[in-house]
Amino acid sequence: MDKKPSHVRTVVAYIVLIFLTFLCLFFFYILVVNATRNHTQIQKGFSFIPGKSFIPNLKHVLNDANIPVLSGIKNSLIVSSLSAVLATYFSALTAYGLYAYNFKLKKPAFIFIMLILVMPTQVSAMGFINLITKMGMLNTLFPLFLPSIAAPAVFYFMYSYMQSSLPLELVEAARIDGCGEFKTFNRIVIPIMKPALAVQAIFAFVQSWNNYFIPALVISDNTKKTLPILIAALRSADFLKFDMGKVYMLITIAIVPIIIVYIALSKYIVAGVALGGVKE
Amino acid sequence: MKKTWKAIMSFALIAAMAFGLAACGGSGDSGSADSGEQGKVLNIWCWNDEFQSRFNDYYPGVKEVAEDKSTTTLEDGTVVKWTINPNENNNYQDKLDEALLKQADAAPDDKIDIFLVEADYALKYVDSDYTMDVKDLGLTDDDMAQQYQYTKDIVTDSNGAIKGTTWQATPGLFAYRRSIAKDVLGTDDPDAVQEALADWDKFNAVAEKAAAKGYKMLSGYDDAYRAFSNNVSAPWVDGTEVKVDPNIMKWVAQTKEFTDKGYNNKTSLWSDGWAKDQGPDGNVFGFFYSTWGINFTLMGNSLETPEDQGGKAEVGNGIFGDYAVCYGPEPYYWGGTWICGAAGTDNTELVADVMKQLTCNADIMKQITLDTQDYTNNQEAMQAIADDPEFGSDFLGGQNHIALFVEAAKKIDMSNAGPYDQGCNESIQGAFKDYFDGNVDMDGAKANFEKTIKEKYPDIKTVVWPE
Amino acid sequence: MKDIKEKEISYAKYGYLFIAPFFIAFLVFQFIPLIQTIYYSFFEYYRSGLKIIGPNPVGFANYEALFASDFPKYAGNTIIMWLLGFVPQIIVSLILAAWFTDIRLRIKGKQFFKVVIYMPNLIMASAFAMLFFALFSDNGPVNHALVSAGLLEQPFRFLSSVWGTRGLVGLMNFLMWFGNTTILLMAAVMGINPALFEAAELDGCTPRQTFFRITLPMIRPILVYVLITSMIGGLQMFDVPQILTNGKGTPDRTSMTLIMYLNNHLFSKNYGMAGAVSVILFIIAAILCLVVYFTLNSEDDSRKIKKRDRFKPRKEALQNNG
Repeated sequence: MDKKPSHVRTVVAYIVLIFLTFLCLFFFYILVVNATRNHTQIQKGFSFIPGKSFIPNLKHVLNDANIPVLSGIKNSLIVSSLSAVLATYFSALTAYGLYAYNFKLKKPAFIFIMLILVMPTQVSAMGFINLITKMGMLNTLFPLFLPSIAAPAVFYFMYSYMQSSLPLELVEAARIDGCGEFKTFNRIVIPIMKPALAVQAIFAFVQSWNNYFIPALVISDNTKKTLPILIAALRSADFLKFDMGKVYMLITIAIVPIIIVYIALSKYIVAGVALGGVKE
Repeated sequence: MKKTWKAIMSFALIAAMAFGLAACGGSGDSGSADSGEQGKVLNIWCWNDEFQSRFNDYYPGVKEVAEDKSTTTLEDGTVVKWTINPNENNNYQDKLDEALLKQADAAPDDKIDIFLVEADYALKYVDSDYTMDVKDLGLTDDDMAQQYQYTKDIVTDSNGAIKGTTWQATPGLFAYRRSIAKDVLGTDDPDAVQEALADWDKFNAVAEKAAAKGYKMLSGYDDAYRAFSNNVSAPWVDGTEVKVDPNIMKWVAQTKEFTDKGYNNKTSLWSDGWAKDQGPDGNVFGFFYSTWGINFTLMGNSLETPEDQGGKAEVGNGIFGDYAVCYGPEPYYWGGTWICGAAGTDNTELVADVMKQLTCNADIMKQITLDTQDYTNNQEAMQAIADDPEFGSDFLGGQNHIALFVEAAKKIDMSNAGPYDQGCNESIQGAFKDYFDGNVDMDGAKANFEKTIKEKYPDIKTVVWPE
Repeated sequence: MKDIKEKEISYAKYGYLFIAPFFIAFLVFQFIPLIQTIYYSFFEYYRSGLKIIGPNPVGFANYEALFASDFPKYAGNTIIMWLLGFVPQIIVSLILAAWFTDIRLRIKGKQFFKVVIYMPNLIMASAFAMLFFALFSDNGPVNHALVSAGLLEQPFRFLSSVWGTRGLVGLMNFLMWFGNTTILLMAAVMGINPALFEAAELDGCTPRQTFFRITLPMIRPILVYVLITSMIGGLQMFDVPQILTNGKGTPDRTSMTLIMYLNNHLFSKNYGMAGAVSVILFIIAAILCLVVYFTLNSEDDSRKIKKRDRFKPRKEALQNNG
């Protein structure tokens, strides 16, 4: 009696899942298909069949000296990796500071971070540019990753995770063993936090990798541009060189590293996304 | 792990501090005035590599181009440094503005020497102290005698000084389908078609005839916009007041009529529908196009099999050969890039020479046209091509379109260009698109235009509509 | 006890030390700029061409102008478009989470589906919007398919229609975030004691009953968390409608979000107005945040107290039902 409805439900579940999978993968397919078609074809409309311009598009992108793709990838990697590392490490450190120690300003500090959690980046963008100009950091990569040290959302995730998975007894034990505070954090807390660090690292990485708003304001030098700026540069090419095939090819190139990182880390992500939310 | 961490962090912090200090140190000895001595670095700012490639290919002093194209070295050892910022989201102008505002404090080799502007916002820079009068740089009226008047009008400031110069002229034409013209008007002869489209009333009458045969006169809402907006009676803005010109409202009325009567396909410029309408499956009578559009955009769109897929640009591939051009109802222009000399440059002589060679030298101009089909800003050189009986475009069924461009360019009157053109044009097209689509009524569209324009230009206080 | 307390006091400096980098970075990169933003909101300060006008103190004039504008309309747009994405997102995620965790449903390739549904989140929002723009254009493939399938007589002009545009924004937000939500909810469901489900099955509960009577009440805290984080994301909605409508919020400014409105002022270098918009946005965000903080906190407290006894009455009720 139980089996039959289950059978119907399984079929329904598969249909829905396959439909959603189709929706999710469809866009990647279209992206790749467009990267194999030339500008006129793309302008005239859509096709589900790949074109023959993959190699020409790739050559156009790689041979355009004004679109330094390789240095773009390098810069994006530097900025995104450092952002990911700084955001996760310092958020964990801050969360640990508030979780494991008692001090006067503990509660105000916590509430303060919660308050700034929702502050949109755009709100302070113009002051930010003024400031880094004064600090002489305009047109350098530093303003693109240093602010990651203060990442309230990552902090909140880490804090929740510690509540569920980091027993304070462990810290006490370490202290009794004569372990210094920093050493305790780096040797004991960090390993326990690994899943949470992995999840937030990939999120921070993706976010920074896809960020256009701030980098475009900060960077002017061709050699320091990140991939999203290069994509924007292609899109604002003049009428003689405007080439959607090239644009889609560059987007494809920009997304490949992310997908590789994602697939490689997908186990952690699927397992870890929820960790911050679950408090047992 | 811990060591790596520490290393990374201390590196980052030290580097950040070092940069801060370096910047402070740097600003100390800046501001040393140049005393007529010429600098060794020429900074050029632009938003794409169009001018860069013209410069590298045609400027006589070029010795070598860096592999990554970021610099060009000249024979005299001067290094040209290119700063290219994309246009997207106004990024180019934002960056340029910041740099210009700091121009006075910048070290001589960091000062901008040349920057490029587009017609729609040229006056923002021209009407400021940040651009140099080309005559102060050393260009004479004689040097610029062969340039089209409108290309000088656009960059003439309120005191009558010319603050920039361009190598291109971009007069516009109306490109129509020969086969559809034959069906609708009984002729595809450019002179006869021009006669039938000589003013807007005639144009509308042809639209009605074309619709009766199942064709669309135009593809989209803003196709004809520039033909109207280039022929206004006063600049957009007077003081703090936007005055919407009656000619703009004529565009609104015409477009609304075309839309409601089904004379257009409701597309927008550069949309895929617009491009498709220019191809073999299109049913549109014609398109307003400028010099560059004919060979690069329209031709590509007209082919059935694109060129890099093995298709040939020849009769038989799509509708190649089915287009022809005529002047259309009103003269206008579309596109173009101007070269401005930045105030404070330490390379005045070089800036002047770049302008002379690339915008005044008839031989170079003619060569650019022959090599790239870019229509250049030299009447003499263009006239020579127009007069060449051998010259004709296969794409246009053998017509010599350069001859038409030569005539059209003379009639363009841009004395009413203003610093607010870009924002006003964008806003009015955007606001009235909703009106054409039927999403808002006339008052709603007007209100939306007023909101948008005041957001774009905080100094605008009132908007006046024609009766 | 006394010993520990003394120790804690001596350790307090580490607390300050550990949170110092965060606060220093925040102070420098966000707080100082924010103060500047607030400061300028009381000034007339903008660019006219290359001329800088101001800063001239104008009191609350910018705020008056702001409240006289369509600000509430943009707030409404933001809420509507957020709901259009969030409602299907939470429904689909709940269903998927239930399916993925249902022991009676043996879905093969679960891991594959879990990975795939997350992927739209990886693509640049601007690139995603570009693709949507092309797919749903007047002559695009979606219209083509709908017309040739006989569902429409003529193409539907999605981006010229109020609900077409808002719907697309909602759809994109849904696609980008439902994977994330599913995974969150799934983990929450897996956190529920399996014995509960077994009991329900033994008692002959239908899957529907199990879902509504056991799963849903048990994952309430996570649902609140999802709601709040999504609300924050909704408040900050920008890239998707910005690129899809080319920054115009068309048609008739019905897809203009709050951040897009802020961006309009930033775009025209109107520091005074942009400052005022920022301050109001910040206040809205702060209120939201306080709500979050207290909701989550009271959730925690009530859960801690009730957690143990919570299952019992329910179980009994289930038994009674069976």
